[in-house]
Amino acid sequence: MEIAIISGKGGTGKSSISAAFATISEEVVLADCDVDAANLYILFNPEHEEEESFVGGEKAVIDRDLCTNCGLCIPYCNFEAIVFSPEGVVISETACDGCHLCKRVCPHQAIRMVEIDKSRLYAGAFRNGRMVYGRLAPGEENSGKLVNLVREKAQKQSKAFGLKTIIIDGPPGIGCPVISSITGVDQVVIITEPSLSGLHDLERAADVSGSFGIKTRVIINKADLDEAMGDKIETWCKERGLEVVAKIPFDPEVVKSMVNCKSISEWAPDSKTSQILRETWKVLLNGKG
Amino acid sequence: MTDSKPFKIAIASGKGGTGKTLVATNIFHTLTGKGIKTSLVDCDAEAPNAKLFFEGSLEHSFEVTQQVPAINEDLCTYCGKCHEYCHYNAIFILPPARVIKVIEDLCHGCGACTVACKFDAITEKPMPLGEVRRYTLAGNHSLVESRMKTGVYSPVAVIKAGIKEAGNGRMVIMDAPPGTSCPFIQTVDRADYVVLVTEPTPFGLSDLKQSVETLRGMNKSCGVIVNRAGMGNRELYDYLEQARIPLLMEIPFDRNIAHTYAHGGRLEELDPHWETRFLTLFEEIKKHYGNSHHQR
Ligand code: SF4
Ligand code: SF4
Ligand code: SF4
Ligand code: SF4
Repeated sequence: MEIAIISGKGGTGKSSISAAFATISEEVVLADCDVDAANLYILFNPEHEEEESFVGGEKAVIDRDLCTNCGLCIPYCNFEAIVFSPEGVVISETACDGCHLCKRVCPHQAIRMVEIDKSRLYAGAFRNGRMVYGRLAPGEENSGKLVNLVREKAQKQSKAFGLKTIIIDGPPGIGCPVISSITGVDQVVIITEPSLSGLHDLERAADVSGSFGIKTRVIINKADLDEAMGDKIETWCKERGLEVVAKIPFDPEVVKSMVNCKSISEWAPDSKTSQILRETWKVLLNGKG
Repeated sequence: MTDSKPFKIAIASGKGGTGKTLVATNIFHTLTGKGIKTSLVDCDAEAPNAKLFFEGSLEHSFEVTQQVPAINEDLCTYCGKCHEYCHYNAIFILPPARVIKVIEDLCHGCGACTVACKFDAITEKPMPLGEVRRYTLAGNHSLVESRMKTGVYSPVAVIKAGIKEAGNGRMVIMDAPPGTSCPFIQTVDRADYVVLVTEPTPFGLSDLKQSVETLRGMNKSCGVIVNRAGMGNRELYDYLEQARIPLLMEIPFDRNIAHTYAHGGRLEELDPHWETRFLTLFEEIKKHYGNSHHQR
C-alpha cells in the first residue's frame, strides 16, 4: 500500500509525522518526495547503497568562437533568455528553459545544449526498512519527473525487500511534483494546522487530491493551538466528506526529538502524541475505505 | 533612498511554514505604519495566503496566459516537423491515422513548433496559467497576489507577472516561494536583498545551507532571521558565524506568537516593542545591503 502524506504548505509538521509513521511498527519503504527540500535523511541517516544522477533539464550555451553576434537567435527565445551584453550575445542560465529553439535557428551552429545533471537519487537501508530520496539541484525544474523516479525506485525496493507499505512524504504546494506524488497512491493524508492559512492550504490540497478521486484523510496538527479554528476545519472537512483521522496536540517534544535525530515515536514512545500517532497509523493501514 | 527605483526585499525560506509570511507581513505593517509607500507581493503562487492577513478591496486583476499552438488540420500535412522540434513532448502525432494533438498541459509555450511548421498550419492561442490580483489596502498601499492554476507545470510566469505588477512604490516586499528551485530563483533574482527565515533545528539548518549556497551562486546578499528561537540547538548559530551571514533578528519560540499568527494578528499587538524591532531590522537590512554594494 502506498500512502502519501502531503500538505498545502510546508511547516505543518508533515515530515515529522511521516517520520513517526515510518518508525511505529513493521518495516516500511520511506520515499522522501519533497525533492526540493529533502530532509528526512537527516533524521534517518540512510545508507547510500545506490546513487543515480538525474538530468533535470538542459541549458543553451553559446560558443564565443563561433558566434558572430548577429542577434538572430534573440527574438526566437520566448523566455527572454538571450540578450546583447558588452561581451556579445549571451544566454542567461536562470532564464533559459532549455527548449532548443535558438540552437536550431543559429546559422553558425554556435549554440549547444548542456545537460544539467546535478540532481541525485539515493536508495538504501535505514533503521526501520528502506529509504529512497531525491535531491533536486538548485534552480532545477522538472521536480515532478524526479518524484516519479523516487516513487519507481521505492516500488522496486518494496518488491525486492518484501516491504508492503510505502510512505511517501510529499512536497508542499499543489504543483506538478505534488500531483506526481499522489497519482495512483492508495490514500492521501493531508496535514494541516488550525490557522487561517492552514484551512486555506487544506482546501487547495484537498482540491488536488479530490480531483484524482483518491481516498483522502486529514490530520490536524498542533490542534490545541487554536481550538476554535480547529473546529472550523473539522466542520469544513465534514462538509467536504473528508475524515479527520487525528488531532495531534502541540508538543515541544517533537522538536526535541528532531534535534536528537529521532522521530517522536522513537524519542518519546509513551507520550500522548506518540500514542495518537500509533492509533492513527493503525487506522490508515486498515481502512483503505 | 530617494531614487525612484523601489528597494526590493525578498523574504524566503528553504521550506514553507518557518514564519516567512509572518515576517513579510510584519515588515510590511511596520513600513506602512511609518508612511513609507510599500507593496507586498505574494510570490508563493502555489499557496498564496498573505491576503488572509489584510483587509483590502480588489482593485484590479488579470489573467496570466501562455501561448499554446493550435493546429489547423486542413492545412496540416502530418509531416511531423513540429513534433520533432517540441522538446517537451507536447505534440502527439500519428501520421498514418492523420491524428495530431497538442497536449496543452505539457506545453511550455516556446514557440518552436510554429517555427518548425512550413505549411502555416500552426497558430497560437492563449492558455490560462493563473491570475494576478492587486488589492488596495488602507493608506493606499498595495498587496499583489500571484495565484497559479492547479496543475500548471510551473508557477514562474505568474510570479514574474506579479512582481512586475508591484510597480513603483518605494519599497517592495516579496514573500518568496519555498525551496530553491526555479520559482524561488526567479523571485530572488528580482530582489536587492534576501532575508532567509529559518528554525534552529537540523531540518532548518539543512534547508538554510541549501538556500545560502544557491544565493551565493547568484551573487545575492542575504541575512537570516531565526524563528522559534530557543527551541532546537546551537548548530545553526555556529554555521551563521562561520559562513559570515548576518543574524538579523530572533523571534522566540512562544505559544502566544504562534497563536497570534494563526489568527492573522501582528506581533506588535502582542508587545509594542515589536514595531521598533522590525524598524531596526529594516535599518539593518539597508545597512547590510549598502555594505555589500560598496564592496563590489
Ligand atoms: S544566432 Fe548564433 S551567431 Fe547569431 S547571435 Fe545567436 S548564437 Fe550568435
Ligand atoms: S534553449 Fe530556448 S529558452 Fe534557452 S535560450 Fe535557447 S531559445 Fe531561449
Ligand atoms: S510551443 Fe513549444 S512546447 Fe508548446 S507545443 Fe510548441 S514546441 Fe512544444
Ligand atoms: S509541422 Fe505543420 S504540417 Fe507538419 S505536422 Fe506539424 S502542424 Fe502539421
